[in-house]
Amino acid sequence: MIYREAGDFKTTYAADNQTFPIKGDRYAYYLVLALALGVMPLIITDYWTNAIIIPFLIYTIAALGLNILIGYCGQLSLGTGGFMAVGAYASFKLMTAFPELSIVFVVLLAGLCTAAVGVAFGLPSLRIKGFYLAVATLAAQFFLIWLFTRTPWFFNYSPTGMISAPTRTVFGYAVTGPRASAVSMYLFCLAFLIGLAWLARNLTRGTLGRKWMAIRDMDIAAEIIGVNPLIAKLSAFAVSSFYVGIAGALLFVVYLGSVEAGEAFGITVSFLVLFMVIIGGLGSILGSFLGAFFLVVGPVLLKILLVDNLRWSSDLAAHLEIMIIGLLIIVFLVLEPHGLTALWRTIKEKLRLWPFPH
Amino acid sequence: MLDTQPEGYTTADGRKIGGVVMEMKNITLRFGGVVAIKDISFDVREGEIRAIIGPNGAGKSSMLNVISGFYHPQEGEVWYKGARRPRMRPYQVARQGIARTFQNIALFEGMSVLDNIMTGRLNHMKSGFFSQALWWGPAAKEEAENREKVEKVIDFLEIQHIRKTPVRRLPYGLKKRVELARALAAEPSILLLDEPMAGMNVEEKEDMSRFVLDVNDEFGTTIVLIEHDMGVVMDLSDRVVVMDYGKKIGDGTPDEVRSNEEVIKAYLGVSHD
Ligand SMILES: Nc1ncnc2c1ncn2[C@@H]1O[C@H](COP(=O)(O)OP(=O)(O)O)[C@@H](O)[C@H]1O
Ligand SMILES: [Mg+2]
Repeated sequence: MIYREAGDFKTTYAADNQTFPIKGDRYAYYLVLALALGVMPLIITDYWTNAIIIPFLIYTIAALGLNILIGYCGQLSLGTGGFMAVGAYASFKLMTAFPELSIVFVVLLAGLCTAAVGVAFGLPSLRIKGFYLAVATLAAQFFLIWLFTRTPWFFNYSPTGMISAPTRTVFGYAVTGPRASAVSMYLFCLAFLIGLAWLARNLTRGTLGRKWMAIRDMDIAAEIIGVNPLIAKLSAFAVSSFYVGIAGALLFVVYLGSVEAGEAFGITVSFLVLFMVIIGGLGSILGSFLGAFFLVVGPVLLKILLVDNLRWSSDLAAHLEIMIIGLLIIVFLVLEPHGLTALWRTIKEKLRLWPFPH
Repeated sequence: MLDTQPEGYTTADGRKIGGVVMEMKNITLRFGGVVAIKDISFDVREGEIRAIIGPNGAGKSSMLNVISGFYHPQEGEVWYKGARRPRMRPYQVARQGIARTFQNIALFEGMSVLDNIMTGRLNHMKSGFFSQALWWGPAAKEEAENREKVEKVIDFLEIQHIRKTPVRRLPYGLKKRVELARALAAEPSILLLDEPMAGMNVEEKEDMSRFVLDVNDEFGTTIVLIEHDMGVVMDLSDRVVVMDYGKKIGDGTPDEVRSNEEVIKAYLGVSHD
């Protein structure tokens, strides 16, 4: 038991099994939580909220969802955009059909609708794997977008074909619509993210998480220890889609306000979330945060640096951005499938032993 | 000889062997034109170490795959605990208390040793989805209880030092041991081992033999063991089935099998390493 941090001994299995077994990590986590809840609301500006913070929170939820499916259960999906659209359109239909319904429940129910749709489109995973499954989910992506743009019932027959989120409040504060303030939008999204990240952590460290990982690593061996592949795979699709659906709903009601399915939830969104998961780290909760942060903040910083300061044309900057992301994907896929999380872990392992590496 | 003792018997070293717990009746398994198993019958008694031996390609692994539900024989029946077993998927077989290891290790490479062995406890963990999601009451309690059982297996197989190591970093011999640990963690009534000593050095083989004997001795686990090295098997097992080209050519105690004409003929010219 020496490889554990000196002095930080575990006396029960529960203690050994907690989310942050190392004291330092635990304190860092409480600190981040305190900053996010206590300090951030006081200092955020509208610009940073809209450019970075809200998209980061929402995309982290989507990345958590996709990471559960790909990183934990090993089922590749390119349908994330389509599933986010399900969440968005479900929340729109719920908001307009039940104006009295709390926006919190609207978002949660939108997640449940998406979970059901995710299970339906996850059925092929029982027969096909890898590349073929990816193609099937790609078909789901195109089908769903087509459905939402071609069926007027989904956008309440609006002549523009767009859906718009009416104002809704939580505790008297508007969180959607034009009157919503940066702080209330921030706290609304943050509350969902904290809750969902906590649930994801619990699910992935327990029995269900081990079933998912067993299926991911070797489905034959998973079956031999008693994992029902049907239930394991479909539960991953359900949970994953629940997260992705909530992200889609939040992106629509809080961030964009009004959307058109093809524009807001196209295939590029599917790839964006996929890249977040790959760059952040497959099979890691922290990785979902890192990946979303990197891909939301990176382009903004790049734009500030190149366009605003160095006076590059924004076209050129956009091309450079794509090239950098592409390069990173290749680097991470080839060299380090566990992404930024693995780099972080390596640093921590070095730190743990510092200053006596031997 | 043994058929005259339906209630079981006591071995020379004092272990109690019970009645028949599993019976294979006239199993025939074909892959297209290849007949992997030809009309084979044998039984397994409670608490015994039952070996299946034979040269490569004899159909031993196929037989294990029939037992664990991967292959479904064209003819024949599997009887388990006194009842005919219907066609089952592997996970259903696992839930009946049959655990196994594979000839080519089948561990979860992306998980730690501890998590791999914890997966062996899945069939004993009943907490529901919401309890797990909230990490509340039953789920947390169940996790701690099962962790305790897993730690016992870890101690038993002497792998405490690699508890938190990712499986992919382990050498071959230790992987074999972790795979045995995962199967043991399930507390199976029958343990199927497909060439547990293959590819090991002499020392590792001795360790593994000791573990197999200890498991059987301490937990009374029934063990069905495949090996193609006759020497190892003769020391370990109570009864031996000998297969060759999909057919059963011998069945009995090691001594009976050793003196069987057909077995000697089949093994002539086959090198023993
Ligand atoms: N899935 C399969 N498909 C086709 N043939 C198979 C399959 N599994 C086993 N066989 C054939 O069955 C025969 C017995 O193989 P196996 O049971 O692996 O033998 P052993 O374990 O005794 O070495 C071999 O001829 C092998 O080629
Ligand atoms: Mg074999």
